[in-house]
Amino acid sequence: MLRDSLILARRSVVKMTRNPEQFIDVTLQPIILTVVFVFIFGGAIAGSTGAYVEFALPGIIVQTIMFTSLTIGVNLNTDIQKGIFDRFRSLPIARSAPLFGAVLGDIVRHSIAITVTLVFGAIIGFQFQTPWWHVAIAILLIITFAVSLCWVSVLIGMLARSAGAVQGLSFLIVFPLTFGSSTFVPASTLPTWLQGWVAINPVTHVIESMRGLLTGSTSVAGDTTTGQILWVIASCVVLVGVFFPPATWAYRRKI
Amino acid sequence: MTAAIEARGLVKRFGKTKALDGIDLTVEEGRVLGVLGPNGAGKTTAVRILATLLKPDGGTATVSGLDVVHQATAVRRKIGLTGQFASVDEDLTGMQNLVMVGQLLDLTTRQAKIRASELLAEFDLTDAAGRLAKTYSGGMRRRLDLSASLIGRPAVVFLDEPTTGLDPAKRDDVWDMIRALVKQGTTILLTTQYLEEADALANEITVIDHGSIIAHDTPQGLKRQVGGQTLEVRPTDVASLPRVRELMIRFGTREPEQPAPDLLSVPVTDESALTQVVAALSAENISVSELSLRLPSLDEVFYSLTGQNRTAADATTTKGAAA
Repeated sequence: MLRDSLILARRSVVKMTRNPEQFIDVTLQPIILTVVFVFIFGGAIAGSTGAYVEFALPGIIVQTIMFTSLTIGVNLNTDIQKGIFDRFRSLPIARSAPLFGAVLGDIVRHSIAITVTLVFGAIIGFQFQTPWWHVAIAILLIITFAVSLCWVSVLIGMLARSAGAVQGLSFLIVFPLTFGSSTFVPASTLPTWLQGWVAINPVTHVIESMRGLLTGSTSVAGDTTTGQILWVIASCVVLVGVFFPPATWAYRRKI
Repeated sequence: MTAAIEARGLVKRFGKTKALDGIDLTVEEGRVLGVLGPNGAGKTTAVRILATLLKPDGGTATVSGLDVVHQATAVRRKIGLTGQFASVDEDLTGMQNLVMVGQLLDLTTRQAKIRASELLAEFDLTDAAGRLAKTYSGGMRRRLDLSASLIGRPAVVFLDEPTTGLDPAKRDDVWDMIRALVKQGTTILLTTQYLEEADALANEITVIDHGSIIAHDTPQGLKRQVGGQTLEVRPTDVASLPRVRELMIRFGTREPEQPAPDLLSVPVTDESALTQVVAALSAENISVSELSLRLPSLDEVFYSLTGQNRTAADATTTKGAAA
């Protein structure tokens, strides 16, 4: 089953390199986001681009990963529509292998996106202010969160009729989660009602953890990075607890 | 001989629609069974059950002696499936598609590559091996799909409408490949909408409609049942139509029909009808622009077997029945 999943993960990585749209999602898109936010809004938001890159880069990583983790539903839906799943189903492999293959493939995509963003960030002046193993924990944490979140997308992908519908629904979920957080601005600058949402939004905690782990600071007063990380782990447990069972149920029904 | 495929009383419901209403199928090892029927008859449903993609709601089925429900994984090692829509990955090359399937069948990467090259050569795809499958033509895609089904050297191959949508030349290619498989001793279950195709390839034909079997026979026997072949004559000069009609009444089994303004057709049972008609036409000095003997179409088969016009009988029932 592990070998089959790895073979299918390889398929999904090869496909990504062949599909310019998905490859741009994890390479060019984070770079463009960084350029736009740091150089255009940086001066206005943080006073200088140098100060803003320290603030915004962890958020940009999280946002990129959020979008990437929701493409799994689109991809699975397309695979089913195109009939390639019928091929898999007629082969003597574990029924779960195509699903786990897709998740493993996504981890590769996430790693590419994180590496690209961190390297580009470093080039334009982002300074790591923590030991290397903090950075390693940060990467592990964001990938864990992405893998927990992807079950939402798997569920939508199994229930929606077309890949386009999956995409639309996924964006509806991603937008409030990413923009209704402290991705681009400190939570304290937001209106009070929005601060309420930002405080309970798990993405805020992911971003604050990333900030703490990469730059040693948090923008929400009174919370330690360790506290933020525990929040993230708790939300991963909730996401998996709530979405993994119905997602795999819907998947088993399709396959 | 042992049965490579054996199904007893297969039932499958989709909601309120009964896609299969108790179907029995038997295919002896090394033989070809043609399952003939219109869209929505239940052909694909039957294939999907036998290929372990669907679970039946009733009845039992074995492939190579293995139960398709309880020993599904073992069955999957024995079978190859080529569906109505080519199930290849469009974003991979032909080679990558086949190597992936080979690896999933537990071949090493090296073995998978060797087997893939063999099949690509056999199916005339060597030149296209490195191209993405999405750049392939319909016929090439179908061939790639068929090669993917054959990587594990399956003992039983299911071909679900393998030539639907292909032009006649490509269809002949696929027929040749199927004949080559039969020579190697492969058991084949083939679904089709064309009596001509079943006649060309199958040892036996099962006709199904609305999830039930309405006839089962050898191609010869079935053709006898449905009134043999149809003779069609198109005279060069429309003025000679009445004379042609008179002549056709002599050889046909009933009054000729006129499917087009300048065309007459009549079912014939006598194998020598064509030569006799040619002789008679030449004796009467009538020149023709078209003269053919063809097998009855699916509509005509149904008309003969059920005595009712399919298109009329169908209007109420086809909707909803999964093909």
